[in-house]
Amino acid sequence: MTLARRHTIVEYMATTTFLAPETRGPRGFGSRLRARALRVAELAATPLVPSDYLDVFNPLRAGADLRGRIEEIHPETADAATIVIRPGADWAGHVPGQYLRIGIDVDGVRLWRAYSLTHGPRSDGRISITVKAVPDGKVSNHLVHRARAGTLVHLEQAAGEFVLPTDGGKFLFVTAGSGITPVIGMLRNLFPVAESGVVRLPRSEPYDIVVVHVAPSEPHSIFIANLRELHDAGLIDLVARYDDEHGVLDVADLADLVPDLQERTTFACGPAGLLDALGAHHEERGLKLLTEQFRVATLVAGEGGTVTFTGNGTSIEADGSRPILDEAEEAGVLMPSGCRMGICYGCVLPMREGSVRDLRTGEITTAVEGDNVKIQTCISAAAGSCSIDH
Amino acid sequence: MTVLQKKPVSPIDHLTAEDIEQIGRELDAIRAEVVSARGESDAKYIRKVIDTQRKLELGSRAVLLFSLFPPAWIVGTAGLSVAKILENMEIGHNVMHGQWDWMRDPKIHSTTWEWDNASPSEQWKHSHNELHHNFTNVVGKDNDLGYGIMRVDEDQRWHPVYLAQPLWNFINACFFEYGIAAYDLEIGKNVKRKTLKSPEFKARAKVTLRKIRNQFKKDYVVHPILSGPSIVHTLSANFTANLVRNLWTHSVIMCGHFPEGVQTFEKHSIDGETKGEWYVRQMLGSANISGSKAMHIMTGNLSFQIEHHLFPDLPSNRYQEIAPKVKDLFDRYGLEYKTGSLPRQVASAWHKVIRLSLPNNFMGTNATPTPLPERASSPSTVAA
Repeated sequence: MTLARRHTIVEYMATTTFLAPETRGPRGFGSRLRARALRVAELAATPLVPSDYLDVFNPLRAGADLRGRIEEIHPETADAATIVIRPGADWAGHVPGQYLRIGIDVDGVRLWRAYSLTHGPRSDGRISITVKAVPDGKVSNHLVHRARAGTLVHLEQAAGEFVLPTDGGKFLFVTAGSGITPVIGMLRNLFPVAESGVVRLPRSEPYDIVVVHVAPSEPHSIFIANLRELHDAGLIDLVARYDDEHGVLDVADLADLVPDLQERTTFACGPAGLLDALGAHHEERGLKLLTEQFRVATLVAGEGGTVTFTGNGTSIEADGSRPILDEAEEAGVLMPSGCRMGICYGCVLPMREGSVRDLRTGEITTAVEGDNVKIQTCISAAAGSCSIDH
Repeated sequence: MTVLQKKPVSPIDHLTAEDIEQIGRELDAIRAEVVSARGESDAKYIRKVIDTQRKLELGSRAVLLFSLFPPAWIVGTAGLSVAKILENMEIGHNVMHGQWDWMRDPKIHSTTWEWDNASPSEQWKHSHNELHHNFTNVVGKDNDLGYGIMRVDEDQRWHPVYLAQPLWNFINACFFEYGIAAYDLEIGKNVKRKTLKSPEFKARAKVTLRKIRNQFKKDYVVHPILSGPSIVHTLSANFTANLVRNLWTHSVIMCGHFPEGVQTFEKHSIDGETKGEWYVRQMLGSANISGSKAMHIMTGNLSFQIEHHLFPDLPSNRYQEIAPKVKDLFDRYGLEYKTGSLPRQVASAWHKVIRLSLPNNFMGTNATPTPLPERASSPSTVAA
């Protein structure tokens, strides 16, 4: 089972600030000298590049590929934990509500997933994500139960348009399970909690917020203490609904739970079923809705499937018992190839998404969007649909 | 009929077709065991080797900035030689085999790695991974066998030109990286086919020349100039380190397929070869080197050449672990697991080079060819 993130904008105009790293234009003697020095360093490092050597000493420096180091891990519930990460120097910041993609080595294999950032910009420059271990989730279980402080992780810049407008308004958050994670980031940014208690900021005054939070049970509810604290301070209205206590939430009940529903813009994050129901409900009533979806996609490995080559747009129906290489060649796709028996790696191509089966061992390799797992096409058969960069 | 089958006692004479397929199945099982076990500790291993190699190289090059002083020259040259050997053998060769592709780390991947060697990795991967590993020890198909310039089997007709082959072999050893670049470019084949002027060959030659130019600039221009007053000494140190690396890698590679007793095969013997037969050819066509852990690392674990040829894409740090199982398989099927110390194997390989530089039976040591029963031919082809 894999966990990926999809965000859909139903109706909302957000001004998202993308903070790009400062570009340094070549000007003046100093920069010419720097360019010259860089050229010498490149010549001295060939066939590697200077950053290959610099990475040995400081993988988080400016100019390096974006990475981070896990500094702290705090358990939230029995199966959820917050991971505090020191990002590399080129981290461009984020807007609460956004997510980032993180690559971590699990059993030696680099796997990428997306998680919401669960706080506003912090003075110590660190970032955090909160992860709930899902059954069979390789990455989430690793992060919650096995990851250790000091581990180097790979990052992408924050992304996503599930963010609040900066000038306030009336909002309803509907969150289910770990769907609370992007919302807690927004709330913590608006209403920081210091040791002395909740801090009231003038900039947060124009926000009128109701949170309807759904969880299987109270002990499984991440951040519930934090939400209650804000509720008790009168900063938000919290409506907590537990499946074991109140039954599964019916979106038709929202009007009763939130009497001024009509006046609010809804932000929702949770499983697809809830979001679909909410979408239909809001559309019917002409209400504004912005959603962020946790897609729990179970890629079922089957026998054969449609193989799409993204470069030239060709799709072929591949048999589950024959190498993708042979199938593609027969369909007229020009493929790189070598020994055709799995030893030379001359046929390796990146699989963007999908599943393939190793014809020698039966082992299944699965990629979720963005993984770009490199596969040997000469010994891999389609095990379901897959898309290959070629 | 293989070259091998003309030997008086064929080493596979006693095996039935079913035995050979059973060997294949047992080897597949050994492979599957390693594949399912590889994980974090393996990843840690290769990252550690790369980390060590880079620090050693940087440290050595820093010391060589003062190579005017003899102790600095000696320490820096020794360090750089070791760093270059590590880079080519335990790292470059093995990464380019795809041994670490399973980690999905784009920085340690067969499709992105470029090594500290005259031959561009793209071309080396073709001639090494596709040709040499597929056609191991098949005379006329495997360029590694004598590098196209030597007589490697009694069946190759003797010619006086081969008298010089010990000398050629020595020169090739000294400048091995250029020898590799030349045969990765398949210069010999292109001369024969008169395709030296073809756009395809020219494009590939351009890539090789660019790589050689960059390698040259690094070792013989940039680093010496950066050394200021030590310019000449750094230049000589870098030359020495390249020479040491060339001699070492050449020796290790000779030990892999050239010692006496390692089998060679005829071109047509591999037509319709099954996976089991392919495995057996790798078993008979390779030889190991015994030694310490440090020695294994310095050879890029090609001291486990037999294991490497059976499973070219398994992580090199696992070869030592599976070697006893592989040897047990050899023993049970009455095959000779060829191994020996480095000096012994190097001497044996050189003995063969010298012996074959002379006409057959000149030294009275070569095998007398006798016909053997036909191998049971199998209709199936090599299946992946």
